Amino acid sequence: MMWTTLKQIRKTGIIRENVPADLELVAINNIQDEILKVLGRALTIRLVDAGSCNGCELELNALGNAYYNLEGLGIKFVASPRHADMLLITGPISRNMLSALLITHEAIPEPKLVVAVGDCAVNGGVFGESYATIGAASKVIKVDHLIPGCPPSPAEILQGILNAVHYRLKKRPYFD
Amino acid sequence: MILTRVNEQGWQENALRIAENHGRLVTLWGRQSAPGSFTMYAVFFDSNVGLEGMSLRLAKGVTSYPDLSNLFPCANRMQRAMWDLLGVSAANSLDTRAWLSHGAWPDDYFPLRKEFSGREVSKENQLDEYSFIDVIGDGVHEIAVGPVHAGIIEPGHFRFSVVGEKTLRLEQRLGYAHKGVDKAFERYSGLSGVQLASRICGDSTVAYSWAYCMALESAWKWKVPQRALWLRALMLERERVANHLGDLGAIGNDAGFTFGLTQFMILKEQWIRVNKTLFKHRFIMDCVIPGGTLYDINREDVAEILKQCKHTLREVKILKGIYEEHTGLQDRFISTGKVSKDVANKLGLTGLAARASDIKEDARELFPTYPYSELDFNISGAESGDVAARVSVRFDEIFESLRLISEIAEGLPEGQTQSNCKPPKKPTFGFGWIEGWRGGIFAGLHLDQTGQIDRAHIHDPSWQNWPALDYAVIGDIVPDFPLINKSFNLSYSGHDR
Ligand code: SF4
Repeated sequence: MMWTTLKQIRKTGIIRENVPADLELVAINNIQDEILKVLGRALTIRLVDAGSCNGCELELNALGNAYYNLEGLGIKFVASPRHADMLLITGPISRNMLSALLITHEAIPEPKLVVAVGDCAVNGGVFGESYATIGAASKVIKVDHLIPGCPPSPAEILQGILNAVHYRLKKRPYFD
Repeated sequence: MILTRVNEQGWQENALRIAENHGRLVTLWGRQSAPGSFTMYAVFFDSNVGLEGMSLRLAKGVTSYPDLSNLFPCANRMQRAMWDLLGVSAANSLDTRAWLSHGAWPDDYFPLRKEFSGREVSKENQLDEYSFIDVIGDGVHEIAVGPVHAGIIEPGHFRFSVVGEKTLRLEQRLGYAHKGVDKAFERYSGLSGVQLASRICGDSTVAYSWAYCMALESAWKWKVPQRALWLRALMLERERVANHLGDLGAIGNDAGFTFGLTQFMILKEQWIRVNKTLFKHRFIMDCVIPGGTLYDINREDVAEILKQCKHTLREVKILKGIYEEHTGLQDRFISTGKVSKDVANKLGLTGLAARASDIKEDARELFPTYPYSELDFNISGAESGDVAARVSVRFDEIFESLRLISEIAEGLPEGQTQSNCKPPKKPTFGFGWIEGWRGGIFAGLHLDQTGQIDRAHIHDPSWQNWPALDYAVIGDIVPDFPLINKSFNLSYSGHDR
């Protein structure tokens, strides 16, 4: 069993090296250095799903696969908001999630960065404002950066996260 | 499906007859059918009859109907949700706690009533306390988890009552992802509603959009080209494989085997990249449209599909061997999170979880829509009802879907992928039932004479399966919860809507 496992690991190799050099990914190789320069350590993120359809979560999860290798880039999703630098929000802010969202936001230490991921959190998406949803995240929390898309691709999310860090430093965006 | 109009007595008698025949409740909904009067609908599956529906029109001013939860326990939450949204309740039901409403809107606000626009906003957002059931005894304590979970997961609350490490009871509170979808459908026409249907549950977007389109097409007697239906089946099986790949990796990870996660996530990423090439979207969203499919595929696409199926089959076989021989994994999987066949039957467990508890039910076989009626489909199954069984069913279903995908790609009939239809100028009703990767997605669609949606009800199999999770964890240790939960991987958004 051990042998089959090792063989499979060897056969799979390091996937990042096999990535077809699609435009988006070329620039990603430098992200780790950038993050280190900017933060001096790993960037930590807390996600709050405020009523998403789970599509955005699928792409956030995909960021962890060997192709995007999020942790290898020095970006980490953390369980406790107190350990987080950045809050990612998905979904059209369901009223049932509002207070949990606000409490989580409150628990993240300053200076915090807030990023709305996906059309729902950006502008309410197909759900908009109703008795059940508030719509754009920016209606209830100061949002620093928007990543539109339904859902945005992992590469778009990565670009967005990095842009958010750069804007904070009043620098030019990393990706134009 | 036959939809019989019944009176109150008929409602109860039908339900009793179906329960005695070991039939099960597929879904239940209500709507305001005229000013001040309501109609309730229930759909069952009975192996002798097939799908069977009944409707009960309540007299003007009456807002209650006979309870079904005494016969079908899974009706409990569906009935409570219908109270929250429509203000119509099951008479004498034992559990009358609010379910989808957490107090963010007033108690006398029932969004599905036509006098409300659905846009009213309540100023206060003071959420209600929920009365969880207390478990009292020596050394019993509670662990509360959520709605914000540790990882990248949808929101929900779990309340464990434990002694030491052992779970005595789990009670869920869901509804955090409630988005007012049922009401929002009223703003859409039959044709455009598919956009909303595709976004109720992102991991099952193909199944949802197909169930929705099937309902619309049956309401309007719309003939869909054969090629389009084959393409839909191709998309649906691709969606099933993608989700099983992701979950098998995550299940391995929850049992401490990161290797499994890494390997399966690579396979999943490769898989959804091909989705993007074929259908311009990684999860094939917005590709099933009324009357057909948005895209067609060509010869090169077919070659790529076949090649990928071969590759994926080879890799998954190796990984299956590794999972099966890994004693540490098997130790965590076997006998953990068990739902016996008996409990599964009582709770009306459905979909892949039911198949893992020795209940052979799958809409692709029970209710084979074209092209499944033409395809050589083998239902998967296991008997033990534990995590190991759900893992084994997922592996089998990947193999079966890979085979189906190849069969579909090679046998795709020639022709158009879209057709048109003139909507009839009268109110219509249609339904659809599609076996998504979790289980059957049922759509019931009422349209008015202008083709506008009057009421759309789309049911996720998680309604049946969430309560079963409460049983699955009893007696297991708390640290096994993530593993058990992942082996089901139920939908929050599809349930909360
Ligand atoms: S943006 Fe799209 S994928 Fe993301 S939660 Fe909203 S509907 Fe789902």
